[in-house]
Amino acid sequence: MTSTTLAPSPKTRTVPSKPSARRHRKERSLPLTILLWLCALYFLLPLFWLFIASTKDNSDLFSSFGLWFGDRFSLWDNIASVFTVRDGLYLRWTLNTVLYAGVSAVGASLIATMAGYAFAKYTFPGSRALFSLTLGAIMIPLTALALPTYLLFNAASLTNTPWAIILPSLVSPFGVFLMRVYAADAVPDSMIEAARVDGAGEFRIFWQVSFRLLGPGVVTVFLFALVATWNNYFLPLIMLNSSSLYPLTVGLAQQQSASAAGGGAQALFSTVITGSLISVIPLIIAFLFLQRYWETGLATGGVKE
Amino acid sequence: MAIRSISAANPAGTNTARRSSVSKRRQTTAAYLFVLPFFVVFTTMLVIPLGYSGYLSVFKNQLVGGLSFIGLDNYIQAFSDPDFLGGIGRMLIFLLVQVPIMLGVALFLALGLDSGRAHGAKALRLVYFMPYAVPGVVATLMWGYLYGPDFGPISQLFRSVGLESPNLLNSQNILGSMMNIVTWEFVGYNMIILYAALRSIPAELYEAAGIDGASQYRIAWSIKIPAIRPAIMLTVIFSIIGTFQLFNEPSLLDAIAPSAITNGFTPNFYAYNLAFVNQDVNYAAAVAFLLGAIIAVVSYVVQLGTQRSERKQRKAVR
Repeated sequence: MTSTTLAPSPKTRTVPSKPSARRHRKERSLPLTILLWLCALYFLLPLFWLFIASTKDNSDLFSSFGLWFGDRFSLWDNIASVFTVRDGLYLRWTLNTVLYAGVSAVGASLIATMAGYAFAKYTFPGSRALFSLTLGAIMIPLTALALPTYLLFNAASLTNTPWAIILPSLVSPFGVFLMRVYAADAVPDSMIEAARVDGAGEFRIFWQVSFRLLGPGVVTVFLFALVATWNNYFLPLIMLNSSSLYPLTVGLAQQQSASAAGGGAQALFSTVITGSLISVIPLIIAFLFLQRYWETGLATGGVKE
Repeated sequence: MAIRSISAANPAGTNTARRSSVSKRRQTTAAYLFVLPFFVVFTTMLVIPLGYSGYLSVFKNQLVGGLSFIGLDNYIQAFSDPDFLGGIGRMLIFLLVQVPIMLGVALFLALGLDSGRAHGAKALRLVYFMPYAVPGVVATLMWGYLYGPDFGPISQLFRSVGLESPNLLNSQNILGSMMNIVTWEFVGYNMIILYAALRSIPAELYEAAGIDGASQYRIAWSIKIPAIRPAIMLTVIFSIIGTFQLFNEPSLLDAIAPSAITNGFTPNFYAYNLAFVNQDVNYAAAVAFLLGAIIAVVSYVVQLGTQRSERKQRKAVR
């Protein structure tokens, strides 16, 4: 309890107070506003199209104008068919995605937080070398690793299991980097010292004192790890071959190529489009809800070197 | 201070010293335990596969004679392989055209939002960032439909004003179409990194300039951009890595535009095809390994180059 009151939440000062002080004598500029909103159209229109297309049945999809509603409003029918086609496989894919991305993100952010915290707050032999190794690994393209990882997992009979997706996704060198910079600022040394004088062990200090202060940093690493696994296509594509294990990305891609290839399967187009729309929603909601935290985490963590 | 004076007055002062060395040892142990999980997964998921990939790449599997050691032959083959070189060439075009456009737009948007002069800046920030939360697969499918000649709104617009609709999916245009997809996906991500960096510049740094009457452009160019150089560098490095790894876009567009996408359209797509279509794991490993090396070299050269130009600039200022 005391530690929450002790915590001066050092992050709140950086973000909200400063811009409002700055904003006071800013007059708004109409040309800039118009220009920035025009740019926004570029980002919004495809998503708007996705929504509009999800409300159409197949015949409207081909006959009506792409950026406005068709004759019939079929959104609910489409959603129903997304979840019923092939015995509700889509729901299965969604649950798989949640499982893979959720477990990976929790694991990756925890592992990265511990490592980053240790690099920031302890001096130990080899820490410089290990940290340079981590920094160098940011440059290694993870997809170039996927192939040998596949072969190794194949030898260990781990392919076509959830582990094949989760284990490689636990490595987050950028997360370690971000947490190191963040922890250096967010956890005052004096507080760790005080806890030590009180007789707390290092692990207790980490969990009960430091971890609370690392909140925004952890949320940032968590969200970026979540997106990385949620949106990953390459790894599950090569690791999994039974469609009941697919995440949404591989499932949708497979459905799409099935509907593009087979003339008789045309009814699938609206299902693929609506399925795509639904798959986009969870991450956007996560970003919206956690915005306050991850923007703070990025602002203090991602920018200094 | 307080602790030391107490221990000096304490006849058992040596005891405290010993206790502090015990505590130091405990801290070191704790630190190792904290980094242990990361380096366990790091080693098993990164170092070992990398080593294994290097090992595989020096062998060749032949129908007659089986697996045999061939040294660097796979690498030599890659350097004269038109498919591989073509992919690398396409990615270099990507680096020279798409990355500057994407990062330029991201920087412009970040500066625009940071200036605090636009209405609805908070909403704008979210709108720009939203595509990042869209899976690359969905983004590619979506743009595939948008480009499509049948019910794609782009063609519909062209036709409605009586023009012939451009074929955005033929072999001449597909690289540009792909650049557009990647730009759409990642402008917001880069913008948010740059924006976060801009927010953490202490306001005093340009308040003085503002009072002196420096224009917004001047402040942006001479103060803000230099101040966020590390963040810009980060986005450049990430973009280089991302470009060479392109896979989703070619592999999905392949389904709707098979004639425009070749097996080696991007190096990563090529490595995939080699391993899983041609079943040539050894050559695929060499290609993947080489790809990693190229990325490391390009990133390193870019970093080195900017460091040098920065140093020159600093000297010039002095």
